[in-house]
Amino acid sequence: MTDTTLPASLAEIRDDFLALEQRDRLEMLLEFSNELPELPERYQEHPDLFERVVECQSPVFIFVEVTDGVVHLFATAPKESPTTRGFASILVQGIDGLGVDEVLGIPDDFPNTIGLTEAVSPLRIRGMTALLGRTKRQIRERLAAA
Amino acid sequence: MSAEFDSAAKFAEYAHPERLVSTDWLAEHLGEPGLVVVESDEDVLLYETGHIPGAVKIDWHLDLNDPVVRDYVDAERFAELLGSRGIARDTTVVIYGDKNNWWAAYALWVFTLFGHEDVRLLDGGRDLWIAEGREITTAVPDVAPVEYPVVERDDRAVRAFKDDVLAHLGQSPTGRALIDVRSPEEYTGERTTAPAYPEEGALRAGHIPTAASVPWARAAAADGTFKTRAELDAIYRDEVGLTDGDDIVAYCRIGERSSHTWFVLQHLLGFENVRNYDGSWTEWGSTVRVPIVRGAERGEVPAGR
Repeated sequence: MTDTTLPASLAEIRDDFLALEQRDRLEMLLEFSNELPELPERYQEHPDLFERVVECQSPVFIFVEVTDGVVHLFATAPKESPTTRGFASILVQGIDGLGVDEVLGIPDDFPNTIGLTEAVSPLRIRGMTALLGRTKRQIRERLAAA
Repeated sequence: MSAEFDSAAKFAEYAHPERLVSTDWLAEHLGEPGLVVVESDEDVLLYETGHIPGAVKIDWHLDLNDPVVRDYVDAERFAELLGSRGIARDTTVVIYGDKNNWWAAYALWVFTLFGHEDVRLLDGGRDLWIAEGREITTAVPDVAPVEYPVVERDDRAVRAFKDDVLAHLGQSPTGRALIDVRSPEEYTGERTTAPAYPEEGALRAGHIPTAASVPWARAAAADGTFKTRAELDAIYRDEVGLTDGDDIVAYCRIGERSSHTWFVLQHLLGFENVRNYDGSWTEWGSTVRVPIVRGAERGEVPAGR
């Protein structure tokens, strides 16, 4: 049974948000949005590998790589959807390099704990919850297939 | 004090040309006293990535909705909101946004509930302004707050509630119309949610009996502007069969796409009795014992209603 404990990388992101006033949290989300890493070359030509996160209000695609038990998350979202890009970026940055158990142990409600709900609305935050959920599901699929 | 109206030829054809402004007009009038430009988008961060100089942001989720009860904000909150954005009762407000002015139309409809007289849409919205290479800034304007009166809403003219729709169904089909503006898959009942918005679902799928399927985007041209008067008449009057004097109710999922259609029917085509049913499918599709029809046919009201 996996413990649900928050990895340090995500705890840090959470604390950074919580330390700010409401309006500054949106600014920080925008910064994350601008930081969403470009896809590595090996994925740029393979849109077929990506899973669409249909819960998000704009097209977001994710792909999880597991190499020697280490997780790398890749995501793309259009520039016209900065909120969705911001969500994806938080997860990509927070999850990259973590072990499989650590990622599976991230509490499902993590997106509701980082102080953004009031700033973006509860409805919108569900997009991030879906991103996290699908990431975990892809990991389980990789493990099952191994 | 009202800003002058946009006299563009395309607008002159509409029933109420004073409800639209072109990007040319806006570029010319930006910064004039008595005019406030409002951006209203689906994405809450889009404004921060760049907006029309001087524009203020009003977010539908955060600013126009009551956080607890499923309704719009009350008179005090609305007055506070508008006053804080520098909008007075007689200010000319031009609203624009992403996605063919979808959410801008919804915001304009809420302004209409509160009886704000001079509120207009920017034809083509945010995307056209940007596509035309016009100025965009990230600078947030310094707004001097003003007084906005506390005005109680009178929803009856442009808002329909579930009971209104049930009563509407009970009337003779001549002279009344229901317009379902969702995607074809939602209309037939293949899906309960819009293809890209599955978190706003309902327990049952289909459409309200007798509703005509007219997906909202049919009213928009490829560049996000509204189609011409002739093109819109061809759709709504010729194809759908709406006639002057009809009592029309439009709906979608939560009333946002249908407010775009409401704008078209009321302000562009001049129908005088058009209401937006904002409860829409998220309400109807989860309500006990209301009639529902599946498939591509409009369907009939069950006997005994």
